[in-house]
Amino acid sequence: MENILLKNIDNANSADINEYVKTGGYSAMSKALGMQPKDIIDEIKKSGLRGRGGAGFPTGMKWSFAVADTKFPKYLICNADEGEPGTFKDRPILEKNPHLLIEGMSISGYALGSEYGYVYLRGEYPHAKDVLNRAISEAYEKNYLGDNILGKGIKFHLAVYQGAGAYICGEETALIESIEGKKGQPRNKPPFPVNVGAWSMPTIVNNVETLSNVPYIVAAGGDAYSKIGSRDCPGPKLFSVSGCVEKPGVYELPMGTSLRDIIYKHAGGIRNGKKLKAVIPGGISTPVLPADGIDCAMDFVSMSRAGSLLGSGAVIVMDESVCMVKVAYRAMKFFEHESCGKCVPCREGTDWLRKILERIENGKGKEGDIELLLDVAGIITGKTFCPLGDGAAGVVTGMLRHFRKEFEEHIKQGKCTLQ
Amino acid sequence: MFNETVLKEIDGIKAQYPERRSALLPSLYIAQREFGWLSDEAMQHVAKTLNLPEAEVRGAASFYSMFRHKPAGRHVIQLCTNVSCMILGAEKLVDFIAGKYGVQPNSTSPDGRFSLVIMECIGACGTAPAMLVNTDFYDSLSENRIEEILGKYK
Ligand SMILES: Cc1cc2nc3c(=O)[nH]c(=O)nc-3n(C[C@H](O)[C@H](O)[C@H](O)COP(=O)(O)O)c2cc1C
Ligand code: SF4
Ligand code: FES
Repeated sequence: MENILLKNIDNANSADINEYVKTGGYSAMSKALGMQPKDIIDEIKKSGLRGRGGAGFPTGMKWSFAVADTKFPKYLICNADEGEPGTFKDRPILEKNPHLLIEGMSISGYALGSEYGYVYLRGEYPHAKDVLNRAISEAYEKNYLGDNILGKGIKFHLAVYQGAGAYICGEETALIESIEGKKGQPRNKPPFPVNVGAWSMPTIVNNVETLSNVPYIVAAGGDAYSKIGSRDCPGPKLFSVSGCVEKPGVYELPMGTSLRDIIYKHAGGIRNGKKLKAVIPGGISTPVLPADGIDCAMDFVSMSRAGSLLGSGAVIVMDESVCMVKVAYRAMKFFEHESCGKCVPCREGTDWLRKILERIENGKGKEGDIELLLDVAGIITGKTFCPLGDGAAGVVTGMLRHFRKEFEEHIKQGKCTLQ
Repeated sequence: MFNETVLKEIDGIKAQYPERRSALLPSLYIAQREFGWLSDEAMQHVAKTLNLPEAEVRGAASFYSMFRHKPAGRHVIQLCTNVSCMILGAEKLVDFIAGKYGVQPNSTSPDGRFSLVIMECIGACGTAPAMLVNTDFYDSLSENRIEEILGKYK
């Protein structure tokens, strides 16, 4: 498959507008501005595109809800918070192909009747911020952004908003609170952001990768796009592969590529001739899979059937030397730190889970600790305000489903048998 | 108080959003840049400039981990120890930095040269372990490489 999202990124000047235009960039925009907004949304629906931020919500459907709301102005926000540990897939687009995102947003703004876009960029990407700001000024200069885009009387403005190191601000309603200048704590849904979002107006939040698919869908048509990858969730997908593999990195592959192929065919297999032990397939909030569980298609539908989630497509590979108790403990420290504190089951629950995992990790685990972990995870599941709490609980239950013995050994022997 | 240039910069930011309150995070970043950290005085300046209650400014400033509430060293090392970095040895690097430069996690070295902050994933997991020094990215870290890199920050 020819790269759509990472096209040209090996070219050292790929972020430059002239390079982008030379290889066909901004031609989808000319085409889009000659179409009716409604027809663009129809193409997105036909394409079958699903959001790449983690939840996999059909983009065309989200857009239709936003368009059906008659309040104006509408805001388009690109979610570039990329905070899910293990994930580094949006970064190459932001740093090396920023015009693809700008073109995607500008087309989306036209389709959605939105004249104002924002990129909510995580604070930890200072280089991406510079690249993006430069690209935005280039796009203004060449009239791909502004009050009269390509002389067609169409208006779309774009600015970067820099986050400040809170993972929860990746959740769309927390993101909206944050861009309004508040603490990033999730809002109740409904109302959904498509009706009541930023500054109480209809707001469309989409991930970087999602919006970067838009120019191709407009150029090639929704039907052509829908033939790439899995039938019920088509398109190219960016996979961030990290951990104990020979060739870690971001791979653009058809949605539905098997997890085994991602690890062995593309990322070069396990480092140093070691054996595979476990894989976290979609970023740290997704349940772990054991070595014999990797014959599954990496798409939203198949991964939930396989007992995990596609999440952000962040594949963390662990070999036989990696201790699962240690991984679970480190993951829980993350969740405890990032819990926004708004609801009790998550705030207190992640603190408890971390404490129990910490004592097991330190060789001070007690009999009954495993039951206690499952008990606390059960109290969190389904009772939190946003999915962060569920994710934290799922990490523990997933670990214990596949690696319970290792936790038991840790408790019994009072130490790690691997290190 | 902020000087004229800074006030202009903040005005420019306010103009990008329908409500002035959105300039809060950017202004806190600016205050941190100007003063080095967010002292009470710095937060009061932000509150006055944006015409927001001080409590709101403090609330937001304490929520986000990139805002500092005490003076930092001349250079801030932000080292990731999340899972992808951890399984490739990030924790040993924390010990190495602590031993070699006398800076414990989440504090500043006695000579004021470095502050060390433990990070949750900085999006460089494919080239782990990784860190930011001030705003410069470094990855594929080893003890030798860290020594070489930090040598450049006096
Ligand atoms: C705790 C949490 C963190 C999230 N972090 C991100 C993120 O970093 N980037 C992102 O695009 N979506 C993230 N999401 C998903 C967003 O809430 C939202 O579903 C997404 O931005 C919608 O865009 P999409 O439809 O294009 O996927 C997160 C969700 C939760 C619950
Ligand atoms: S689940 Fe956790 S992060 Fe989400 S609202 Fe509740 S406390 Fe905040
Ligand atoms: S886990 Fe360290 S950079 Fe992602």
